[in-house]
Amino acid sequence: MSLKAPVTFFLLIAVAGLAVFPHFSDEFYLEFFTHLMVMGIFAMSLDLLIGYTGLVSFGHAAFFGLAGYLLAIVTPQDEAVALWLSLPVCLGGAALAALVIGWFSVRTSGIYFIMITLAFAQMLFYYFNENEALGGSDGIFIFSKPFVGFGDWQIIDLANPTTVYYFVLASLVACYLLLTVMLRAPFGQVIQAIRANEHRTRALGYDTQRYKLVAFVIAGTMAGFAGYLEAVSTGIVSPGHLHWHNSGLVMMHVILGGMGTLYGPILGAFILGLLHDQVQEVTEHWHLVQGVFVIFVVLFLPRGIAGLVGRLFGRPPDLDLEENRVAGEDGNKVDAEPNGERTK
Amino acid sequence: MTKKSESSRRHFIAGVAATAGLAAAGSFVPTRFAIGVAAPVKVGILLPYSGTYAMLGNSITNALKMRIDQAGGKLGGRAVEYVALDSEMSVPKAPTNTNKLIKKEKVDFLVGPVHSGIAAAMAKIVGPRNAPIMIVPNAGHNGITGSLCAPNIFRTSFSNWQPAFPGGKVMADDGHKTCVTIAWKYGAGIQMMAAGKENFEKHGGKVVKDIQVPFPKVEFQAFLSEIASIKPDAVFSFFSGGGAVKFVKDYAAAGLKDSIPLYGPGFLTEGVSKAQGAAAEGIKTTLHYAANLDSDANRKFRADYEKAYGASANVFSVQGFDTGSLLLQAMAAVGGDTGATKDLISVMEGATIVDSPRGAWKMSKAHNPIQDIYLRQVKSGENLVLGVAAKNLEDPATGCSMA
Amino acid sequence: MDLTTFLIQTLNGVQYGFLLFLVASGLTLIFGIMGIINLAHGAFYMLGAYIVYWLMGYTDNLLIAVLVGLPIMLAVGYLIERFAISYLYDRDHLYQVLLTYGLILIFNELQKIFWGTDFYSVPVPSVLGGSVTLTETQVYPVYRLFISLICMTIAAGMYVLIGRTRLGMMIRAGASNREMAQVLGINIGRVFAIVFSLGAALAAFAGMVGAPISSVYPGMGDQILIISFVVVVIGGIGSIKGAFVGAMLIGLADTFGQVLLPDFASVVVYAVMALVLLWRPQGLFGKA
Repeated sequence: MSLKAPVTFFLLIAVAGLAVFPHFSDEFYLEFFTHLMVMGIFAMSLDLLIGYTGLVSFGHAAFFGLAGYLLAIVTPQDEAVALWLSLPVCLGGAALAALVIGWFSVRTSGIYFIMITLAFAQMLFYYFNENEALGGSDGIFIFSKPFVGFGDWQIIDLANPTTVYYFVLASLVACYLLLTVMLRAPFGQVIQAIRANEHRTRALGYDTQRYKLVAFVIAGTMAGFAGYLEAVSTGIVSPGHLHWHNSGLVMMHVILGGMGTLYGPILGAFILGLLHDQVQEVTEHWHLVQGVFVIFVVLFLPRGIAGLVGRLFGRPPDLDLEENRVAGEDGNKVDAEPNGERTK
Repeated sequence: MTKKSESSRRHFIAGVAATAGLAAAGSFVPTRFAIGVAAPVKVGILLPYSGTYAMLGNSITNALKMRIDQAGGKLGGRAVEYVALDSEMSVPKAPTNTNKLIKKEKVDFLVGPVHSGIAAAMAKIVGPRNAPIMIVPNAGHNGITGSLCAPNIFRTSFSNWQPAFPGGKVMADDGHKTCVTIAWKYGAGIQMMAAGKENFEKHGGKVVKDIQVPFPKVEFQAFLSEIASIKPDAVFSFFSGGGAVKFVKDYAAAGLKDSIPLYGPGFLTEGVSKAQGAAAEGIKTTLHYAANLDSDANRKFRADYEKAYGASANVFSVQGFDTGSLLLQAMAAVGGDTGATKDLISVMEGATIVDSPRGAWKMSKAHNPIQDIYLRQVKSGENLVLGVAAKNLEDPATGCSMA
Repeated sequence: MDLTTFLIQTLNGVQYGFLLFLVASGLTLIFGIMGIINLAHGAFYMLGAYIVYWLMGYTDNLLIAVLVGLPIMLAVGYLIERFAISYLYDRDHLYQVLLTYGLILIFNELQKIFWGTDFYSVPVPSVLGGSVTLTETQVYPVYRLFISLICMTIAAGMYVLIGRTRLGMMIRAGASNREMAQVLGINIGRVFAIVFSLGAALAAFAGMVGAPISSVYPGMGDQILIISFVVVVIGGIGSIKGAFVGAMLIGLADTFGQVLLPDFASVVVYAVMALVLLWRPQGLFGKA
């Protein structure tokens, strides 16, 4: 977790770049980057589970989509609802769902955890997919943007794409800082210890189940926040937002970008997104290009794209995990694996 | 194996070559005054080109281009550039894709989609801007030309209500008193079954059971046994694509085909009757098109399409073809001036597509085709017309403020 | 529900269970035994169906098409294992997820390039084209019963292969402790290559024999992917018996769920999985 100075430098440049981007961008890329930053928050939240706690959730899109649906439900057709009201409702809903799903799920581990999170997400997916009152498989509109202000005084106007862009950028930075602080705090140290070796952590007297559940709820809430932002910026939410394809996509962002770093998943979201955007225009067979790219990264960039950044700007960022794994090669391999799933 | 020849679908400038482009670039005249030397008209297309519904996307795109090429490859005297994106049938991806076409490519017309959730997402972006003009070449959700209707949104295909409603009467006319409806539990399935039921019960029939199959499930045995135990006079059904192939084959394999005749909106057998083989023989469906419609326009269309793409035309290609006709008509009327949105809209609103392979149809006030619905029956793998099930059928356009 | 209907629906459920085991069988090897989260399972299934459709253009005999198609898929599986998967055994499992996701994208696109986007079907072999009468209105296609038979053969074959043969012993050894097996002189690289290509071929085989009833179309692999994982996980990873019982459980739950709880039909399967995993976090027959 030790951020080396050059990487911090790289991140500051990236944020500065994003901050001035609207001045050079056309309308499309402004909104597209907004979307990518939202996906970045979404991916970062999943990385808290996959990369730091060692919980591979395959149902993370459930919280993303659920928050969007909650916003659609609390927003009346013809008037705006205050952000101060809708945001807590949506985040609270996502947190509650994460608490319930997490409470059941953390009892399992490894591949079973992957599948049980998938199962719960699929149940929610089908609930919305078949609920005609909420638009069924077509989804539902959010007719007006949340109102940010007091009384008649509007502080920021979420109907303006540039404002939304900066709102999302600020959210991205805030989530990043929040997670950074959290991971340095004792709580963060414990969940990382769980990833490295759950048995030892429990032996040290930590209630690992409870820590995992808290991490799951935090990640679910942040995914809900991303879903809220997506719903605000696009004004539509559909069962597709909860589909396992979406859970899979965000997992790809995390793994491709680099697990165990906070900026890796954001990079993953941006690079996969921009690759799609660019290649789609060049060839009809862009799926092929995407597939080859993904396989290339897996085979030649062992720690994802973040590993490359780490190599360019400093030492590998997830060095501590790496050391653990290398130590594992000596015969104690199980320790480096999340939840010892390798042992079955 | 039957891969059609499609030279670069993404950016394909038809007709006029580099010289016109240079002239336009050198003059810096805004397009709306630059007729003749103008930049190409940009037609943005958002349809599925991958996944189960890729066949629909390809059929529509091919026929749209064929129609415009037949008219000299120009719209209102200007060359045409197509920008086609794969919708991947994904609603979450729809806002980005739509924005890309409108705001990055700055298309003059937006054609799409197949999925009605994507249609809603597109309408949400296109509607408030009043531009560009969006033409829906398939998605049948009643709401698109109902509660979501807007001046710049047109449809050249059908509303879910249209091909299903006459089917109810067909069953009643064949002497059936009871029927079971079975369809996927999603927008199109629900709306079509409701329309068929409405008309069947209006003509004295009774729907004894409404079976809703989770979308996109294709394991039907349990439902077929249910139908067999209920023993209705007829079954009214909607599936499409791979689901339609499997349902029709399973229905026949369960031995139900001869004792309980199968009816439905034509998608049940359209474009898939070859894959269904003998299992589809004799099934009666209602749709706004049939392969053997007796008109020169249809015969020429089918021959041309077969020649150009090595595949037989279907209702989706007809819808693409008519989208081309509508664009040609409107752009000719305004002399290629894509800036004249109001005029374009009023021409499209009053349009009659005379040379449509499905027979002449005209645009309703809600911007949906007023069209004949044919009664068809599958014979040796082709959907052949038996007659007209409903003449000049207009969608009720419930909830549309323009109708 | 009267007794006849109940029996028929039970038959449907069991038969659906057989189908599920068939489509999941390849995954029990690759995911269940090797522990690789193989998202390309559906793509292999789809490839099998398309290969049989393609070969049926040359021979009208399904048996010949399957016999020619299987070695192709064995080779495809072998090459993928050797040139991609084998580099990942020492790394986090999630890289296998990413890799096999890349494979899905590639295979789907290749399918589009080679075979286009139309819907195809493969005829039921005429010897098996008949049907058995169930009630006065419903008959049961012989081909479906035939598939159940094939499925039982596969299940028995896999059970014997894994549990009773020398190769099976090596596979189990390699799966539970790769290094130890290596030290004991088992060429674990070769064993895993064999298992992976067998798994890929089995997935394709399901697509091949299933083609006459499922038809052949783009995206067909997507439909079976998740349910295959559900079946293997419910049964317990590493257990052929478990996968078989899991398939039956899901087949019956889905069938009766649809009939008795139509409003929750699509939720039932996942609810069953969640309940099983809460009751036994290692699946029904999984080892803790």
